[in-house]
Amino acid sequence: MSEPVLVAENLTQEYVLKGGLFGQDRIVRALTGASFALEPGKTLAVVGESGCGKSTLARVITMIEEPVAGSFVLDGTPAGPDTLAALRTTVQIVFQDPFGSLNPRQRCGQILEEPLIINAPEMPAAERTRRAREMLTLVGLRPEHYDRYPHMFSGGQRQRIAVGRALMLEPKVLVLDEPVSALDLSIQSQILNLLVDLQERLGLAYLFISHDLSVVKHIADDVIVMYLGRPVEIAPKADLFDHQRHPYTKALLSATPMADPTLRKQRIKLVGELPSPVNIPDGCPFAPRCWKAEARCRTERPELDQGTHRAACHFPE
Amino acid sequence: MSLLEVRNLSVDFATTSGSFRAVDGFDLTLNPGDITAIVGESGSGKSVAFLAMMGLLPWTATITSDAMTFDGHDLRAISPRERRKIVGKDMSMIFQEPMTSLNPCYTVGFQIKEALRIHLGMDRKARHARAVELFEQVGIPAAETRLSAFPHQMSGGMNQRVMIAMAIACKPKMLIADEPTTALDVTIQAQILELLKSLQEETGMALVLITHDMGVVAETAQQVSVQYAGQKCEQQEVTALFSRPHHPYTAALLAALPERATTKHLPTIPGVVPGQFDRPKGCLFSPRCSIATDLCGTTPPPVGGPEIGFARCHFPINVTAEQSA
Ligand SMILES: Nc1ncnc2c1ncn2[C@@H]1O[C@H](COP(=O)(O)OP(=O)(O)OP(=O)(O)O)[C@@H](O)[C@H]1O
Ligand SMILES: Nc1ncnc2c1ncn2[C@@H]1O[C@H](COP(=O)(O)OP(=O)(O)OP(=O)(O)O)[C@@H](O)[C@H]1O
Ligand code: SF4
Ligand code: SF4
Ligand SMILES: [Mg+2]
Ligand SMILES: [Mg+2]
Repeated sequence: MSEPVLVAENLTQEYVLKGGLFGQDRIVRALTGASFALEPGKTLAVVGESGCGKSTLARVITMIEEPVAGSFVLDGTPAGPDTLAALRTTVQIVFQDPFGSLNPRQRCGQILEEPLIINAPEMPAAERTRRAREMLTLVGLRPEHYDRYPHMFSGGQRQRIAVGRALMLEPKVLVLDEPVSALDLSIQSQILNLLVDLQERLGLAYLFISHDLSVVKHIADDVIVMYLGRPVEIAPKADLFDHQRHPYTKALLSATPMADPTLRKQRIKLVGELPSPVNIPDGCPFAPRCWKAEARCRTERPELDQGTHRAACHFPE
Repeated sequence: MSLLEVRNLSVDFATTSGSFRAVDGFDLTLNPGDITAIVGESGSGKSVAFLAMMGLLPWTATITSDAMTFDGHDLRAISPRERRKIVGKDMSMIFQEPMTSLNPCYTVGFQIKEALRIHLGMDRKARHARAVELFEQVGIPAAETRLSAFPHQMSGGMNQRVMIAMAIACKPKMLIADEPTTALDVTIQAQILELLKSLQEETGMALVLITHDMGVVAETAQQVSVQYAGQKCEQQEVTALFSRPHHPYTAALLAALPERATTKHLPTIPGVVPGQFDRPKGCLFSPRCSIATDLCGTTPPPVGGPEIGFARCHFPINVTAEQSA
């Protein structure tokens, strides 16, 4: 086992929703108590329903936002306002939308060079250009693409540019927030292959956010399942897909359609009020929808247990 | 007689750089209770083909077909007035972009009740009761209070559910669901697909599912039609399509599924879909096809028979001796 390149301890993030004229401000508890470790060359996937805090975690780890509580260590250096500049290059992010995340008025080459201009202003222009051209090849584009604008590329090619831009500063951790969700199946496979290759060659660590469990099953080493801002199950991929200890994980897997018409599986139907991070129930946050809930679940909040396959449930399986 | 009969439907758009063929010779027959999925690369004309049937394309579109009938109406010759009576009632659609199809100026409750008033002539009380019932069916919590919300006050997933409720409000004979569950969580998605299937069983509604999600296709559809660059390249019953695709594009698409991966590297389809200016002369898939020959580059392939899934290919694959006989 190598030293983790990212260790997160109890990360917590909240937002304030402004009330109306007479309304009260309300607090959105978007992320609560996220702790995990990520090793170089490994992929940690984060899954869960929309609004469960996946992108919030991504913004905290990439230092776009400062958490209200908790801490994390990147490549041996605790992250914080003082180390922001030093760590800027250690972690980078790729967003879901390959259309919105690239400036339409910049040429592909400029897009790739921009992070260097900002973070390494002393670098000579010729060196920047050389690196940008090298990056084009690395992410499977062609040297002549250097002068093209984003609209001249397909969705998959644009996502390659976005990955290339994130790699220009030679980060150790790459946060991928739904990197293939907007792409066609045929292009999705190209990008996933690219990520696999880059990880092998550069020893990158990925924090891979996705709601597509078949993609996660393919690419992840470990998986965090989140519910209402909290990790409820953390396990090596094989263990998690083999055996779900938390009822929510079980429900999530059973609801995910499988691309095999010969399989007919039993689906767990969740009933009960949909969750809201503004109004998180006391006790177990999943209790209002859980078919196994008992009195204790509604009063006492379950914590993640210890071991390699962890779950936060009073009655784990 | 079938519910929907479409023969050789083509749609051309007039653009500043000339005419562009978005749909090229589309065929579809639907009977009551059928569930057909339409899959294929982004931009392959899936949405446009159905918008053409509904009469919802802009004037820049030229629509031609040999036949286009729905429930006894000839959609090519129908008057706008007649069409308005059918569209939204017997033939309805869940649109790909929910935000663009809900009116931001009215509450969602008003919009759904208007549809019930116009098409079914229900009285006020019945409309309200039905609206609440529909919202509950599509999994909108606190249905009563949500009726008075405006579209911008709800999340994308919530608006998508409103759209679904509106589309099924009048118990349509045919429902076209264009990426109906993309903004939804898997647990809600499962609930919506169950609901659509139960409507199909109870009312004999025919369902067209346009989707990129092969999991949804596998679990919901009976028939699957595969589109490529405006053309249908194959159509088969769902289990057969997944196990024995006859068109190389279908095979390549299925091979790219992460669940079928045997190694860390997934099979890919090199290249991109042809655009307005690089449409090949022969088979539209030929620049990307792994088994293409010279013939493929020069001559458009014929459409095969039902025994090979109507595959539009010179060299259909997975063909047994009896099929080729
Ligand atoms: N700036 C903000 N102000 C207020 N609430 C916010 C803000 N950003 C996020 N939230 C809320 O925090 C919660 C978590 O949001 P987040 O974007 O992390 O979810 P997610 O898991 O990424 O969801 P999705 O799968 O839909 O992308 C949501 O309820 C969201 O509405
Ligand atoms: N109003 C329009 N004018 C010109 N071209 C159009 C118009 N509407 C659609 N197109 C073009 O027609 C082609 C088919 O579009 P369509 O929306 O049917 O694709 P699709 O198969 O539904 O794709 P997706 O899976 O991304 O929804 C595309 O190339 C699109 O750009
Ligand atoms: S703690 Fe109780 S309510 Fe929560 S998941 Fe476990 S059994 Fe269900
Ligand atoms: S006709 Fe030729 S190029 Fe086209 S799909 Fe068949 S084999 Fe491939
Ligand atoms: Mg997100
Ligand atoms: Mg479409």
